[in-house]
Amino acid sequence: MDARPAASVVEPHPATEHHDYQGAKLGMWIFIMTELILFGGLFIAYGVYREMHADDFHTASSELNVRLGVANTLILLTSSLTIALSITALRLRRKGQAMVLLASTMVLGCAFLVNKFFEWSAKIHHGLYPGSEHLMARPPGQRLFFGLYYGMTGLHGLHVTVGVVLMAVMLRLIARGKIRHDNFIALENSGLYWHLVDVIWIFLLPLFYLAA
Amino acid sequence: MSTAVAPAPAASEPSFYQGEGAHSIRSWLLTTDHKRIAILYLSAMLVFFLTGMTIGVFMRLEQLTMGPTLMKPTTYNALFTLHGVIMIFLFVIPGLPAVFGNFCLPIMIGAKDVAFPRLNLLSWYLFMAGAVIALTSLFTGGGPPDTGWSFYVPYSVTTSTNVTLAVLGAFVIGFSSILTGINFITTMHRLRAPGMRWMRMPLFPWALYATAWVQVLATPILGITLLLVVLERVFHLGIFNPAIGGDPILYQHLFWTYSHPAVYIMIIPAMGAISEIIPTFAHRTIFGYRMIVASSMGIAGLGSLVWAHHMFTSGMSDTANVIFSLLTFLVAIPSAIKVFNWVATLYKGSIELRAPMLFALAFIFLFSIGGLTGLFQGALAVNVHIHDTYFIVGHFHYVMFGGTGFAFFAALHYWYPKMFGRMYNERTAVVAWVHMFVGFNLLYFTFLVMGVQGMPRRYYDHLPTFHVGHQIATVGSWILVAGILIMVGNLVRGLFRPVSLPANPWGGVTLEWSVPSPPPVENFTVLPVITGPPYQFNPPAEEAA
Repeated sequence: MDARPAASVVEPHPATEHHDYQGAKLGMWIFIMTELILFGGLFIAYGVYREMHADDFHTASSELNVRLGVANTLILLTSSLTIALSITALRLRRKGQAMVLLASTMVLGCAFLVNKFFEWSAKIHHGLYPGSEHLMARPPGQRLFFGLYYGMTGLHGLHVTVGVVLMAVMLRLIARGKIRHDNFIALENSGLYWHLVDVIWIFLLPLFYLAA
Repeated sequence: MSTAVAPAPAASEPSFYQGEGAHSIRSWLLTTDHKRIAILYLSAMLVFFLTGMTIGVFMRLEQLTMGPTLMKPTTYNALFTLHGVIMIFLFVIPGLPAVFGNFCLPIMIGAKDVAFPRLNLLSWYLFMAGAVIALTSLFTGGGPPDTGWSFYVPYSVTTSTNVTLAVLGAFVIGFSSILTGINFITTMHRLRAPGMRWMRMPLFPWALYATAWVQVLATPILGITLLLVVLERVFHLGIFNPAIGGDPILYQHLFWTYSHPAVYIMIIPAMGAISEIIPTFAHRTIFGYRMIVASSMGIAGLGSLVWAHHMFTSGMSDTANVIFSLLTFLVAIPSAIKVFNWVATLYKGSIELRAPMLFALAFIFLFSIGGLTGLFQGALAVNVHIHDTYFIVGHFHYVMFGGTGFAFFAALHYWYPKMFGRMYNERTAVVAWVHMFVGFNLLYFTFLVMGVQGMPRRYYDHLPTFHVGHQIATVGSWILVAGILIMVGNLVRGLFRPVSLPANPWGGVTLEWSVPSPPPVENFTVLPVITGPPYQFNPPAEEAA
């Protein structure tokens, strides 16, 4: 291999810079893809079993609370807006505004989880949980529906929780001046992650709540 | 060989082992240097490999005589599960990318480190955490898992052994694998040296690139599948449990959607390492560079579409069987292209039979047998006959041990001087190689024969028909293990020699041979600029002179 000293290189090269904005973003997008594939396995299972038990899925779906589902959708969509605004505010050097917007995103994320908690506990209170006697008395399709419901919304809820913790970290980093208007890639990647959580929910809503 | 290498750093430049506080344990455990992380992986993996090997030896000893020899049938079940889990998840899958990929990839593309050095360290910690979780499962709960490494439902859901922890361990290791994949892809996209276009990148990085995409695209499927097994066991979700309404075949589909591409995660980097070693010791440019690149990517792509050939006897439709059989035959083409390219590289080369080269040649031979026996199983009718026999076990070990294992050892002998700045005793290395090659074939070729005769896999005992075969195989395992112990002893002894090697002991022409052995912390004092394709042993200018 032919090589000579880099003296003649004029254009900046990512290898010589400490912060590689493009690289960090590329890495995040690939990670988001792996997350989509992770949920993809569950979506495949949903597709297979819905095809096999269309009527059972229809019946079981009618027992979910559409209002709560839609409310949670609105909450998540709003939180996606606030985090996007937070990134823009930081880039415009409005640090305080960025922090307020980020904190509101966290509050909305928590609100989603609280809603989810009440929804789940109502279901469990009615004996609708995997392995319960009440559920096992129903046809297999309905058991699978609720198995998938708890599995998929549970994994999604876990992602929401991780997202809220992530934003708490970001908030601290902004406060300490580690994330600034000229070095905001960590916040931007957190935003990407939050949008991913949002997008997955957009698919969960019709598959579970609106399937009836 | 090319004389035009990057300017050598000042002789006083300390290597990555030296410098202030560089000897403390803390400096190793908190390092973000890709070279140190590679050494961390290497030491951990050799321990896991020797553990897995010991378990394998016990299994062979059990089969030495008919009836109970050493252990109870349940112990045997636990042993083959452990052997599989340790070897596959802790050695063969992460082996070449984590050790040699970490060490060589940045240097070979002219970078100072990977794109995300801290993430790289996190990958190592996740790997170790997963290993600890998996090993904890042996001593806690209902005892070591006895499902086989594939954790098939419904048995994995109903068994009282500690499947949950073992599966969680594999999940964490999978996460580590994904992060390494993301890191490598980004590194190759962003940090190639000025002038290193994609088609100027050496073949080992290319192989790692193809592998990284498979890691990133396939591992999440394993993640969710294993997670569902855990949820199934703990919360009785029912997705895979026929008692609740789920379908166990769906588990097999999802499991193999990852685990078949996983064998390409294991073999593609091995092929990449061989593509580095063959030109160096044939002193000749690689034959068909572009085709090797294309076949790496081709294997990665086609290999993702053949998973259901593990399930020909599971009750799929005939149409599905025929399609997956056809795709399986197709994936043999890019692998064969590589074998032909390596052999063509040797043609009219000035071949130097040094230790790494011997391991590489053994790889070509053993991998070819492994690949061809794979085609037997791709044929539907033959598959019914040899399914779940020792033929499968023999084939798998020819590809994974004869292929990836031997390539790992070839790479270890090839890059050892670069990693440690010292040389092992080459005569001893050759002695070890002879033992390993002979023992290997005695052990696993016998497996192939017994498989065709009908010896079922995973059985604790055997019928008198197979007695001689099992005895031959067990003797073969002794020779093989002797060879491995000689090799490991030789490599460890080499570490106590003084550092005395030049930058380029083999006459290699890729960038890692242009930096001192062992390399300095930042790899390059001056970033190299690439002006031509790799593997130019006779630059035109030199020939003209």
